[in-house]
Parts: sequence; structure tokens; C-alpha cells
Amino acid sequence: MNYTEFTKARRLKEKIAVNILKSIALISILTTVAILFFLFYETFNFFTTEMEDGGFVKPWEFLFGTKWTPLFKPQSFGILPLLAGTLLVTLIAVVVALILGLSIAVFLSEYAPENIRRIIKPLLEILAGIPTVVYGYFALTFVTPIIMNIVEIFGGNIIIFNALSAGLVMGLMITPMVSTISEDALISVPQQLRDASYAMGAKKFQTAFRVVVPAALSGISASVILGISRAIGETMIVTIAAGSTPNFTLNPLESIQAMTAFIVQISLGEAPHGSLEYTTIFAVGLVLFLMTLSLNIIGKWLVNKYSENY
Amino acid sequence: MSFEKTNFKKRESIDRFVNYLLFFSVFIAFITLISLIVDIFSDGFKWFDLQFFNSFPSRKPELAGIKAAFYGTVWVMSITALLSIPIGVSTALYLEMFADDSKFNRFIKVNISNLAGVPSIIYGIIGMAIFVEFFQMGRVILAGSLTMTLLILPIIIIASQEAIKQVPSYYMDAALALGATRWQAVVKVVLPQSIPGIVSGFILAMSRAIGESAPMIAISALVYLTFTPSGPLDRFTVMPIQIYNWISQPQDGFRGLAAAGIILLLVMLLSLNSIAIFLRDYFQKRN
Repeated sequence: MNYTEFTKARRLKEKIAVNILKSIALISILTTVAILFFLFYETFNFFTTEMEDGGFVKPWEFLFGTKWTPLFKPQSFGILPLLAGTLLVTLIAVVVALILGLSIAVFLSEYAPENIRRIIKPLLEILAGIPTVVYGYFALTFVTPIIMNIVEIFGGNIIIFNALSAGLVMGLMITPMVSTISEDALISVPQQLRDASYAMGAKKFQTAFRVVVPAALSGISASVILGISRAIGETMIVTIAAGSTPNFTLNPLESIQAMTAFIVQISLGEAPHGSLEYTTIFAVGLVLFLMTLSLNIIGKWLVNKYSENY
Repeated sequence: MSFEKTNFKKRESIDRFVNYLLFFSVFIAFITLISLIVDIFSDGFKWFDLQFFNSFPSRKPELAGIKAAFYGTVWVMSITALLSIPIGVSTALYLEMFADDSKFNRFIKVNISNLAGVPSIIYGIIGMAIFVEFFQMGRVILAGSLTMTLLILPIIIIASQEAIKQVPSYYMDAALALGATRWQAVVKVVLPQSIPGIVSGFILAMSRAIGESAPMIAISALVYLTFTPSGPLDRFTVMPIQIYNWISQPQDGFRGLAAAGIILLLVMLLSLNSIAIFLRDYFQKRN
């Protein structure tokens, strides 16, 4: 074999190798296709499978109905109670994460000296790495008793499984995410803006909250939106601590059921393939998927926006 | 004199107050982490013994243990690792080193970052639809591993891409200048240089996977297993499911077991992360 033939053979081999890599890269596209296909296909089946009373679930009843009783008669499939449960927990979580996360981010980027940063960053990484089932345990066995004691002192009524406890702990869970993205946004604000503010005689807190935070607003809102998306999709904390009673309420002291918790509840019982129960989890899953996807797209758009600005 | 009427002192004290207030948030996060650890150790430490490792689930808390779930986790994670490393690294190599900036390749990248944001429970029910039902595998380890692979692939791909990007371009240029083909330069020069980053990204993904409960519940459901799996086509349960199962039992003893299970889970996560740090340092020194 002469040199030209050798390089020709080698080129061919390498072309094949690159094409193999390319076809492996297509697995990610296939995954997306499979997610979309099965969510839509089983949701279609959900609307065409007979209920126990012989009727079918109508799409507008599913989207706007306020009763969710798939497991007992009379069956009713209005998703609003699950949606309300998810949004209630998410709201509490986001308030906690915004207050804690933004404060930590401002502290890290504007106030903390380097040696304190080096202690706090790993601490946040540990918080971010704790499995959600552990947070669920913590919510139920530590936070819930404290909340119950406080509520009872004031003479209120509270159930062991409540949205408040799950929301508070979930807020703690998404705090590292909110603070990391916000801090990135704060750090990328040009130093000249701070210098200009100091030159005008402003103190640190004035510079931080009137100059740096407003300048980093798109990044901070991105962190909140991505945090909301994380909270909506989170499963174990709400399953363990928030209960499994679909409740169309905004009272954080009541037991609720989140969308993800419903999916877990049905999955635990090995719903038979093709049954209405089986298709229900995909219909709920589709709603969940569309909500998180749109939030993620908006969040990423905002992140790119601030990295373009400076 | 009007100079003394400035609000300088007042602003100074506000500044100090804000500093303390912000630090207080850090303090709250720190205190919560401490109380979480103390809560778990005080509940679970007395249950954390040899009997706990060597026993299968039981109706009586004092006889129950984590053996089946521990082996299930090891099986699922091993197969997940075998599947996800080659797929993840190949995809990252293709996207960073061989893909041109065509619309299609950009679509793959956007798609991967969107997949990273899909809630894990969605992967669970999709894995159930594809592997358990469509391919008729049943609720077995292989189905769990394949689902877990889909779940952590975006993390591994993104981490590997970052690691490959970190390799200075003159490595590539030097290899090409010496007459290497693009493929040789990538596989023999760029890839070895990016191994530390890939390894730490991979371990991070694995520690995410070990703690995942929701998708595994969708695949394996709640089973009562009194054997350890002997192959990828056996039924299984994993540690987070077992922990969840114990949490949802009303008796106090099971709470202790759940906490003991969490201790084991946290110890495993800690060792994984230590290995990641060790490997990173080792490779960095060698290079």
C-alpha cells in the first residue's frame, strides 16, 4: 500500500468515526422526540379512554375543572386543584429563595472578602447537592413540628402535611441556584458603574441596591424564573411533606397535592398500561412539561440578554 | 457649619446594618444545613449498624435493613455509568470538535440545554412508557439504568463540552502542525487533556443520579424485595425509594431507619465528591 492509498483509507476511517459520533449525538434529539411523542400520545389516550361512568374527560373540564378525584367515584378530572397546590408551594419557595438567595448573592459579590467567599461557596454547593428525599425528611420531621407549635400557640389549625413546610424547605433547596445565577449577574456588572457611584459619594449599600442590583436585573429575574421552574418540577419534598389531598385552596396551612406528587402517587401503585390512571399521569406530565419548558426558555433568554449587555 | 449636617454618620450605620443583614441570610442557610445534619444523625445514628446493612425490608423496624436497596443502587448506577460515559463524551466531542456551525448542530445544542431543565419525574414516566411498556422490559434494573442515562446525559454532555473547551487551542494547532489528522489530534491530544473536567462532571452527574427518587419510583414502583438483584433483568429498588418508603410509615422506628438510610446516602455522596476532587488534583498534577 503506497502513501496515497494509506491516507485515503485513513480519511475514510476517520469520516466513518466522525459519523458514528454524529449519530450518537442524535440520541439527544431522539430523547426530545420520545418525550414529546409519549406525552402527547398518552394525553390523547387520556381524553379517549372511558371513565367509570362511561363518559370521557373533556379537555376544558381537565383544564378548568376545580375537582380532582381520579381515584374514587364520581371521577372528576379538573387539574386546577393540583395546579393550585403546585403554585402555592412554588410561591412560598420563591419568596424564601428570592430573599435568601439575593441577599447571599449581594453579600458575596459586593461585601464578602475573598476568604469568606471561599467558605460560603462550598456551603452553597453542599446545599445544592443534597438529595430532595433528604429535604423531604427534613421538612416533615424538623420544620413541620416547629410550624405546628407556632401555629398552635396562636390558636390556628394546621395539618401535619401542609404546603407551608414543603414550601419553606423547597425555598431553601432552590436558594443556591438563585444565588449562584444572581451572583454571576452581579459580578458581570462593570466595575466602572460602582466606581462612578462611589465617586458621587454613595456608600456601599447605596451602590449595591441602587446601581449594581438594577443593572443586573435581567440576570436576577432569570435566576428567579429558573428557580420557579425547578420548584414546579420538584417532586419528593411535596410528596413527603405537603400531602396527597388535592385541595383547591391558597391556604398554606392546609394539606394539598402538587402535580408531581400525584404522578408519584399513581406510579407507586403500578398503574396498568392503557388504563385511565396510567394515561392521567401523562396528561398531568404534559402540563408540567409545558410549564417548565416555557419558563426555562424565558429564563435562558434573560441570562443571554445580560451577558450580551456587558 | 453646614458640613456637620451631612447624613454621613447615618449612612455609615445603615451600611453596617445592611452588611449584617446580608450576612444573616448566609447565617440562616448555614444554620439550616447544620440542623438538617443534626436532625438526621440524632434520628438515625442508633439504627446505623451492621444489622441495618445486612437485612432486607421487614414489617418490624428492628429487623429491617437497606441491603436490597443498596445493591439495587449499585446495579443501576454501574450500568448507568457504562452507558452514559461513552454516549456523553462522544456527543460532546462531536459538538465541540467536529460539528460546524450549521442550524442543525445549533439545534442539537439548544435541545440539550432544554433537556437539562426537564423535571426528573418526566424522565421517569417517559422511561416507563419507552422501556417498561414499549420495549416490554418490565420494571427491571436495565429499564431504570436507561432512564437514568437519559436523565444525566445532558449534565455529562454540558460538563464534557466545558472541559473540552478549556483545552487551549494551541494543543490542537500543534498536533495538526505535526501532521496529525483532525481525528488523531482530537482523540490523542485534546481528549486526554480534558479528562479531569470530564471526570468531575461525570461524578457530579452520578451524585445527582444516586439521590434521584422520583424517576426511579416511576420505573420500579413500590416493591417489597427480599433478595439482591443478580442481573440487569431483575426487579429492583434503590436507596431513595426505600428511604421514602420508610418515611411514609407511621411508626417511629421507621423514621429512624429512614434517617439511617439518609446517613448512608450522604456518606456515599461525600465519598463520590472526594473521589472527584482527588482525581481532579491527580490529573492536574500529572499534566
